[in-house]
Amino acid sequence: MTDSKYFTTTKKGEIFELKAELNSDKKEKKKEAVKKVIASMTVGKDVSALFPDVVNCMQTDNLELKKLVYLYLMNYAKSQPDMAIMAVNTFVKDCEDPNPLIRALAVRTMGCIRVDKITEYLCEPLRKCLKDEDPYVRKTAAVCVAKLHDINAQLVEDQGFLDTLKDLISDSNPMVVANAVAALSEIAESHPNSNLLDLNPQTINKLLTALNECTEWGQIFILDCLANYTPRDDRESQSICERVTPRLSHANSAVVLSAVKVLMKFMEMLPKDLDYYGTLLKKLAPPLVTLLSAEPELQYVALRNINLIVQRRPEILKHEMKVFFVKYNDPIYVKLEKLDIMIRLASQANIAQVLAELKEYATEVDVDFVRKAVRAIGRCAIKVEQSAERCVSTLLDLIQTKVNYVVQEAIVVIKDIFRKYPNKYESVIATLCENLDSLDEPEARAAMIWIVGEYAERIDNADELLESFLEGFHDESTQVQLQLLTAIVKLFLKKPTETQELVQQVLSLATQDSDNPDLRDRGYIYWRLLSTDPVAAKEVVLAEKPLISEETDLIEPTLLEELICHIGTLASVYHKPPSAFVEGSRGVQHKRLPGSAGSGESVESPDTGSAAGVSDAPPAVIPSQGDLLGDLLNLDLTPPATTGPPPPATSGMQLGAMDLLGGGLDSLVRFRRPVWLPAMKGKGLEISGTFARRAGVIQMEMTLTNKAMSVMTDFAIQFNRNSFGLAPAGPLQVLTPLSPNQSIEVTLPLNTVGPVMKMDPLNNLQVAVKNNIDVFYFSCQYPISMLFVEDGKMERQVFLATWKDISNDNEAQFQIKDCHLNAASNKLQGSNIFTIAKRTVDGQDMLYQSTKLSNGIWVLAELRVQTGNPTFTVSLAQQTVWSNHCSDCAANY
Amino acid sequence: MINSLFLISHSGDIFLEKHWKSVISRSVCDYFLEAKEKAGDPENVAPVLQTPHHYLISIYRGKLFFLSVTQTEVPPLFVIEFLHRVADTFQDYFGDCSEVVIKENTVTVYELLEEMLDNGFPLATESNVLKEMIRPPTILRSVVNTLTGGSNVGGTLPTGQLSNVPWRRAGVKYTNNEAYFDVIEEIDAILDKSGTTVFAEIQGVVEACVKLTGMPDLTLSFMNPRLLDDVSFHPCVRFKRWESERVLSFIPPDGNFRLMSYHVSSQNLVAIPVYVKQNISFLETGSCGRLDITIGPKQTMGKSVENLTVTIPMPKSVLSVNLTATQGTYTFDLTTKVVLWDVGKLNPQKLPNLRGSISIQTGSPKPEENPSINIGLQIQQLAISGLKVSRLDMYGEKYKPFKGVKYVTKAGKFQVRT
Repeated sequence: MTDSKYFTTTKKGEIFELKAELNSDKKEKKKEAVKKVIASMTVGKDVSALFPDVVNCMQTDNLELKKLVYLYLMNYAKSQPDMAIMAVNTFVKDCEDPNPLIRALAVRTMGCIRVDKITEYLCEPLRKCLKDEDPYVRKTAAVCVAKLHDINAQLVEDQGFLDTLKDLISDSNPMVVANAVAALSEIAESHPNSNLLDLNPQTINKLLTALNECTEWGQIFILDCLANYTPRDDRESQSICERVTPRLSHANSAVVLSAVKVLMKFMEMLPKDLDYYGTLLKKLAPPLVTLLSAEPELQYVALRNINLIVQRRPEILKHEMKVFFVKYNDPIYVKLEKLDIMIRLASQANIAQVLAELKEYATEVDVDFVRKAVRAIGRCAIKVEQSAERCVSTLLDLIQTKVNYVVQEAIVVIKDIFRKYPNKYESVIATLCENLDSLDEPEARAAMIWIVGEYAERIDNADELLESFLEGFHDESTQVQLQLLTAIVKLFLKKPTETQELVQQVLSLATQDSDNPDLRDRGYIYWRLLSTDPVAAKEVVLAEKPLISEETDLIEPTLLEELICHIGTLASVYHKPPSAFVEGSRGVQHKRLPGSAGSGESVESPDTGSAAGVSDAPPAVIPSQGDLLGDLLNLDLTPPATTGPPPPATSGMQLGAMDLLGGGLDSLVRFRRPVWLPAMKGKGLEISGTFARRAGVIQMEMTLTNKAMSVMTDFAIQFNRNSFGLAPAGPLQVLTPLSPNQSIEVTLPLNTVGPVMKMDPLNNLQVAVKNNIDVFYFSCQYPISMLFVEDGKMERQVFLATWKDISNDNEAQFQIKDCHLNAASNKLQGSNIFTIAKRTVDGQDMLYQSTKLSNGIWVLAELRVQTGNPTFTVSLAQQTVWSNHCSDCAANY
Repeated sequence: MINSLFLISHSGDIFLEKHWKSVISRSVCDYFLEAKEKAGDPENVAPVLQTPHHYLISIYRGKLFFLSVTQTEVPPLFVIEFLHRVADTFQDYFGDCSEVVIKENTVTVYELLEEMLDNGFPLATESNVLKEMIRPPTILRSVVNTLTGGSNVGGTLPTGQLSNVPWRRAGVKYTNNEAYFDVIEEIDAILDKSGTTVFAEIQGVVEACVKLTGMPDLTLSFMNPRLLDDVSFHPCVRFKRWESERVLSFIPPDGNFRLMSYHVSSQNLVAIPVYVKQNISFLETGSCGRLDITIGPKQTMGKSVENLTVTIPMPKSVLSVNLTATQGTYTFDLTTKVVLWDVGKLNPQKLPNLRGSISIQTGSPKPEENPSINIGLQIQQLAISGLKVSRLDMYGEKYKPFKGVKYVTKAGKFQVRT
């Protein structure tokens, strides 16, 4: 007897018949009917019309019947919300049942009914269940909070369920802890800044205790949660590592990989000379190898992660090359991944083995795999110099097989080998030329043409070869056309006498008969060059080329660091940061590895530690008023990270302006930031920005916009020497490549310990920004107020004495209109200009003020205000001759 | 976490769906079906796919795709492990994990899935816990159920789920108390043309069948535990004892379970039990080729090699083969182009040989690839790594159990290149 009997239908109409059976008096008949309904539901038939009849069966002592009805409810409650309310009473009653299984079942089902109207009724029973005496009920209730949060987040917060959930992290039962962590992690994903999982050494300790006792799935949740913690020091880091290592021997591969993640991250903090560090490295290899003996799907995910681990810490697996050897019956996705890792692990020590394997793979069935294997041989040659010769001879052997796609791949990689080791293997060119006719892929044709052009002087019939390509010029792809153009020009420069006709022909083909702007432009450039100055042309076209770099497909170090923090997640499979693909992840924080505690590691960028520290500090949601005013004084109108409370209702020109601008500030920000580097000058890179002083740190806030067509990477910044020794306090933090039409906000902290040189104007700053395209220079001016330090308040007595000491030469006087005294005082204090004293003399308000520059120079000021006349008279005094400039800046206020 | 599960047949028919959160339209599977179409061979479908709004993580087992849909960032291994657990559970409950069996047991399947996951979080995945809540269908039980109106859903709280030993239920009783352990080792190896070992390793498992009354506490020790440096344990094994004393100390689950798996990779420890002398060649012209394979014993530690099989996937252009086997029988599958030679027991005095000619489609060129030879074999009463159990002790209970250990060595992915 099987369930397939539930699928039999009768002529009368299934629904009608089921309805009758559901309302039968006989228990057994009822149950059979519900089973039939469920069976229809599972295969996607619509049985929602039976809702009232099924719900009527809910009040029963028969647990199976109850479960079946619950199954039905969960499926159809959404489409029948009004009916679903009928079920509420039963749920509330079941939550009081003496049997914990029924209580848990009720609370579990409740959460799955995704109807807003019902959720309110469920809060009370849920609250009770969260405090239930039975841990089975508590752990079920913990998950229910996450379900409820998904339906109505506000309700969960208002009801205080989040706090109850946090309390459950300290529960005595490990399964309850694990489920609470799981629920909180899921909720936290939609609330990136909520700080829900507030990890401190105490909670960490509790999690570690629960880790040993909970189920495998619970261990995964706990380990993933642990990975977000940043230990205080290397000792704490070590003790966590010690307690996590036993998980590496778990049978569940997800547990193993999550443990690897925690260890990889916390290892960063351990000093490298520590014995334990070496032990840990050794312990990591076997579990990773074991992952490769699991099912192919698991292998695939493991391999993608190993790829990251190998790039970050090649020492872990350097002796395990053989486990990555490809087996005949591995699925293709596993084969390709293994191949990639083999190349990463290739070194002088194992290159012979690797090459023998790769050669073997080149005779496999799967074309994609064979191609990649051939390419891999080329990569080995470029990576391990000692092996280059052997690689080239292997490639030649493969060319002899005459298998079409093998030959083409081989030619493409040989081109790269030539570029890496010029003037070494050119003897093989003859063999390559023999295969000219079999090349039908653009990449291979282009590579071959490049080789012919580059070595035209050694190939006797280079002109004939190139001419043969020229016949079908218009049918070639752009790649080949461009390459052919260049190659013929090279040939002409090398053998001008016999190839004049050929070069004429290609130039006219490129410039007159082609629609492709790139081709046309390149054609014209060559043409002009050749016609105006053949010597210059020679220097340009035949210039010595830089060698190609060793490994071109390495993941960028900052991205790699972030991905290491995401081991075991989808990000690690895609090798992209989660922000690049997780939906609605506006708030996903970039994770960074913690800085190493030991002696400075060269691998790390110097600011890693501090960056991690900063991200740990609770984000300041409301900026201090000073900052806000400081910004206003700069006439910058940049609102801090979030819009703070409106400034106190003091009048004043700037504040008025702000009121006028009202809520439109955000949209104005970008517009108001002066453009420092226009896209025209920056080859598509546009930089606009401002300066600000926040919490005592001078910051340069820039918007980088990529207006070019290609991706920009490798950003760096430098300052020229300047008046106040401003210099970047860290590298430019552009983590991800900047794709076309994307802009990114960067904040660069500055310090004032750089070399000093007086500039004119004084606050001029010359900046150089570099990216993968070029280096760009621009200059900008920073407000002097940025340099006013926080401790610029002078003692009264000192002030008086100093004021007198300063000679009149260093004093300046001027007038400002339309200001109010108190407002001015407040505002000035906001930008670190401090009021020392206030007097009223002869109907004039006098304000004495001091400020100190970052280089230790004091500026003193006297403000005189005629009562009733909103005009200021400012006298400035300074110990040095820079006062003129300072008065300028004061005038800005 | 896991939102939905779709079961998709080999041919691309979606025959069951289950949602643990809001319902996701089955149209999401179109992305998967497209990828499946592209991959050709179902085994080559990538396990993790990205669609505009969802991630599809799938496994392929028993000619079925288990496809799960998630919306948020989840550890893919977690999902894959879970899917395998689902398939294991079906296998355990219904004795098979195929489309027919699942369709026959839809309601039980649905109930199982409901118990295994709650809101996408795994709930009960231990088979003994599940069996307490949902009894596996047996013919006898369904007869009894129809007569008495009983049900196959248990009404008690699964006792194991919250105790310190969630894998074992309380109150287990047997009249015959017995504990059997099978040490099973599989040799994964790649041999090259000349017969030298390119790569070899041993994947070992200790499978246990423990039927003991009460709460027994077992200790299993090995003669040579040093062999084991890369091990994964069932959660019941006390890791600390292993670290300090190299013994396996555990309270066993009831019934069949995998106690431990291990991995021996140091090359010198991996003995290769057979050698293969082979020659497969295709002529440049004349669309034919020759095949000649002889197998002989190498390092068998004095045991006999049984169930010897040889599988050779031939190039696609091969039309037919005409071979003679001195021992056993061979078949050639015309659609998959696979030669399967079932040799049987290896006789060291008279080595089995398979030879003859291969004919290729006229006009097609000489095949480019070299077929690889896959060997299957079994050696009873031998763990090829040399691992030996020294003793099994039981504490906590008074009775004397029957104990037994069996060893067997098999070929895993054992291939010879030509």
